[in-house]
Amino acid sequence: MTWVAILVAGVGCYLLKLAGLSVPARVLERPLVERVADLLPVALLSALIAVQVVGSGHDLVLDARLLGLAAAVVALVLRAPFLVVVLVAALAAALARLL
Amino acid sequence: MPDPTPERPTAEHSTIIRDGIAVGVATGAYGVSFGALGVAAGLDVVQTCAMSLLLFTGASQFAFVGVLASGGAPLSGTLTALLLGSRNTLYGLRLAPLLSWRGWRRVGAAHLVIDESTAMSVTRDDTSAARVGFLSTGISVFLLWNVATLVGAVAGTALGDPRTYGLDAAVGGAFLALLWPRLTGTLNRAVAILAVAVALGLVPFTTPGVPVLAAAAAAVVVGVAAARRGVRRRVGVDGEEHADDQEAGR
Repeated sequence: MTWVAILVAGVGCYLLKLAGLSVPARVLERPLVERVADLLPVALLSALIAVQVVGSGHDLVLDARLLGLAAAVVALVLRAPFLVVVLVAALAAALARLL
Repeated sequence: MPDPTPERPTAEHSTIIRDGIAVGVATGAYGVSFGALGVAAGLDVVQTCAMSLLLFTGASQFAFVGVLASGGAPLSGTLTALLLGSRNTLYGLRLAPLLSWRGWRRVGAAHLVIDESTAMSVTRDDTSAARVGFLSTGISVFLLWNVATLVGAVAGTALGDPRTYGLDAAVGGAFLALLWPRLTGTLNRAVAILAVAVALGLVPFTTPGVPVLAAAAAAVVVGVAAARRGVRRRVGVDGEEHADDQEAGR
């Protein structure tokens, strides 16, 4: 099942890219499409963060992951690059679990 | 430029190539984190590497493993990845007239349509410079992203329990870093808050994977409706109230 999911995602992501290069611009270049394309990543990433950081099965749990996210916010405010943000989040959570 | 010929000086192309490689190195570096998070989410090394080769679009890949890590079905991971991958379609629309490739060149170039290659080519003012920017960035990101994924996946497997190293928290950090530059403007922030509220509200009642998709759909619908009505009202911290207002007004 995992392989099917990966292959479908791979083929689908490729076709989405190819469609953009191939479809005449006027078909997709409309204000509504642009608005959805702008908002969709924001909505998806926000929901992913929420579920990833406080979700645990069917429960909402506040634990070291939330401290990791808080540390990531600080890193982003300080304009740290992507990799540093990820490492800081991991490090903060790992330290919180050690203590 | 005083040079009126369409063919740019080689020196300028060299600069574009150097910039492209620099972007490749910077982006490739976080392929290591994708590799480590992939195996932490339960994929094996081959599956993790296959994702970087086949999907080759970072946010979609992180989303896929994020859904898996939260216990979601692989196919909800696929759906989330495809929704995030749809922005590459819009990049393609921008790039098509600029790169003006046909036939098999276009078929090959399509795989390299990502955030970075788009950013490094849409700003050029002629086709040859755009192609140099697109290819140098796309190819260097592709090579380094895949090598880095392998390194991260192998290292992640050797580490053992990912929670000890806070790798479960690293996923949230990675998503936040991807989201951060998009949190501009009241509408985007309101949509983000609404998506968080709906997702968390659904977690106790639905199969893992569903909250993310449902929250994103709800937030986008409300966001589009708000934008259409040209709502300029300031939105407070209460995203739910904003949503109710919009729905009542439709």
